Amino acid sequence: MLSYILRRILIAIPTLLLVSVFVFMLQKLLPGDPALVMAGEERDPEVLAYLREQYRLNDPLIVQYFHWLWNVLQGDLGMSLRTQHPVTKLIADKLPVTIQLAVMAMFFAFLVGIPAGIISAVRKGTLIDYIANFIALSGLSIPNFWLGILLILLVSVNLGWLPASGYEPFWRDPVRSLETMIMPAFVLGTALAATLMRHTRSAMLGVLQSDYVRTARAKGLREKVVILKHSFRNAVLPIVTLSALLFGELLAGAVLTEQIFTIPGFGKLIVDAVFNRDYAVVQGVVLCVAVGFILMNLIADVLYVLLNPRMRQTL
Amino acid sequence: MTTRKLFATLLASAAMAGSAYAADLRIGLQEDPDVLDPDQARTFVGRIVFESLCDKLINISPDQQFIPELATEWSWSDDGLTLTMQLRDDAVFHDGTPLNAEAVVANIDRSKNLPESRRRSELTSVESVEATGEFEVTFTLANPDATLLAQLSDRSGMMLSPAAADAQGLGLATNPVCSGPYRFVERIDQDRIVLEKFAEHYNADDYHIDRVIYLPIPDTTVRLANLRSGDLHMLERLAPSDAAGVQSDGSLQFVSAVSQGYQGVTVNVNNGERANNPFGQDARVRKAFSLALDREAINQVVFEGVYAPGNQHVPPTSPWYDDSHPVEGRDIAAARALMEDAGVDRMPLEIQAANNPVQLQLMQVIQSMVAEAGFDVSIRATEFASMLQAQTAGDYEGSQVGWSGRTDPDGNLHAFVTCEGGLNDSRFCSEEVDRLLNAAREVNDMDERRAIYAEAQAILMEEMPIIYLYHQTWLWALRNNVTGFEGYPDGMIRLAGVRVE
Repeated sequence: MLSYILRRILIAIPTLLLVSVFVFMLQKLLPGDPALVMAGEERDPEVLAYLREQYRLNDPLIVQYFHWLWNVLQGDLGMSLRTQHPVTKLIADKLPVTIQLAVMAMFFAFLVGIPAGIISAVRKGTLIDYIANFIALSGLSIPNFWLGILLILLVSVNLGWLPASGYEPFWRDPVRSLETMIMPAFVLGTALAATLMRHTRSAMLGVLQSDYVRTARAKGLREKVVILKHSFRNAVLPIVTLSALLFGELLAGAVLTEQIFTIPGFGKLIVDAVFNRDYAVVQGVVLCVAVGFILMNLIADVLYVLLNPRMRQTL
Repeated sequence: MTTRKLFATLLASAAMAGSAYAADLRIGLQEDPDVLDPDQARTFVGRIVFESLCDKLINISPDQQFIPELATEWSWSDDGLTLTMQLRDDAVFHDGTPLNAEAVVANIDRSKNLPESRRRSELTSVESVEATGEFEVTFTLANPDATLLAQLSDRSGMMLSPAAADAQGLGLATNPVCSGPYRFVERIDQDRIVLEKFAEHYNADDYHIDRVIYLPIPDTTVRLANLRSGDLHMLERLAPSDAAGVQSDGSLQFVSAVSQGYQGVTVNVNNGERANNPFGQDARVRKAFSLALDREAINQVVFEGVYAPGNQHVPPTSPWYDDSHPVEGRDIAAARALMEDAGVDRMPLEIQAANNPVQLQLMQVIQSMVAEAGFDVSIRATEFASMLQAQTAGDYEGSQVGWSGRTDPDGNLHAFVTCEGGLNDSRFCSEEVDRLLNAAREVNDMDERRAIYAEAQAILMEEMPIIYLYHQTWLWALRNNVTGFEGYPDGMIRLAGVRVE
């Protein structure tokens, strides 16, 4: 098992290198000179020259890239051109925020999506199935920003139940922290719940028609045991893969949701960084997200092995 | 503890947390400020925070006159080469060190010499600064410079603690130590900046707010929703489309002040190959474009009538506005006649504009107005950084941009229209304009300066390297329980006298 994990981590290294080259080049292809953005309205030529020198913008691309890579290998992701905070600090500040949001959104999605998927598979073709499908389709179709603004107007402005936006670290004020996160997690979670529900439903439908389920029923097992123990456990593998991918996506930042609820997470960080041509921040965040994705996939694969004994033999 | 008891305790503690800081003021900003070091800072929104954090040598009044802040009085020598300032003797920095003449000298030196300083171009005329007494500083200038007072009423005049600057270097940006009525507590990027009242400030009695929390909320709808729900006490840069809604809302107040800046179309007249078209080469064509615009209609349609139509580098409300050239109405016949004179029947014209709904709507209105005069305008919607680069590189025919504005008129004009001006992206060049604008810098008498600007204005009105469109109005919305707030043309938020009832 350990050697399997190590092998997977080694394979991830070239992937990360490729991602970093790709992002680096992509940024440099964007029009817009970061020195011009940084110099401010006055655009003092002396300041421009100084900034280009200071941030090595005059060096050939390849030199800039390897310089960056060399620093990364030493654990230095550079400084934000805009606020002069170290990128590692920015990531350390934003990551817990996004993780909290992602975990809460996933929690909501699991809570709603999986039971709804199971029920609608078991009650296929009934009114309950249609209602669940209708709600899932709505969840997928409603744009996040629209739902977000409607919720703010209803829950915060009209009812005054929750703060309209903002963020409070969990360790500082847990109650306030949860209050500010409920709406964004709900908004993010609706689409996820819908996706999970659809996948759970189709996986369950496949399993429910298999022979061993019929055998289980024929043995006279209770329906609850048939569904949860015999069917759901077998349907869960594709859901684990999907959840890992969805969670990875959430880490990449729920850009619109964070923008609307003014949550200082990864999504907001990267959008602002792109607009300000804050190369170091974009690079650092993308690298971090790539690592996150790879980690999530690794976790999913390890979970596979734990959930499905047959796979242990293939290791 | 039963669940119910636990819940009750939680509720009670939440209520107490809400009332613990009775005199908090939560302000919604449109963007997250950049570095909090006045020498390195470059954004408008950053200046809003500095206004409470860092005292300046001079401040301005709502009618844009210079008033004392750290400097109690100042005087010019007859030749305009020496400026002597008396400082107040009771000001201290947030770290407890005294604010005296030595500190001012150290600050001006930092602004002039720090490689990262964005203030150097503002202080080029200053040859040296000396402490000529414990609380007296003397500026010696290389040439007379009437704009210096305005610079000292902004970031160049903000005083940082020299002790902290020496100890922290550039790191000062993350923990600024100034001498303003509020001192820095913490900053979470893209989330909040927190300041608390500085009890040793010489004017502390005038500040009734204990803690100021600046919250960047870029989306205007969400910012207003936060104000309506009571999460904010006030916000800056309300969207014009929300002005009517705020005015009719009994729980909110509406405050506005016409800004010092302008918005216009900068024309490429001599910046590379793309200047080679009638719009860039023939002033008559540019005048025709201007005459085809109904600036009042633009203001009504795009900005709900809350902005100020304009035709000069300063708004009609400015003491520097040239009344002999008022904003003209639309005159299509005159525009057509000018086009005929220039020998142009119809011409294609590409204008770049910031890629946001409001600027694009503005451009569409302009597009349809000037079509009648013979311009087939295509709009190139561009994101800001790319637009800036295209403009400096001369890769444009017309560019819809603006300027946030400065207290001294020189700051709105000189760099844009003088031959060597650092912001002259149109590359307009006229010896006469250069001579006049340089002369205006050397005169301290306001009437005399106004006369010189009027002469320059007459030429610029004929040549039109920049076609001015309108002047933004700063719009603030506040909850009714906030009292004592006054809007200033520089768009800053000054907290003296402001209370939360």
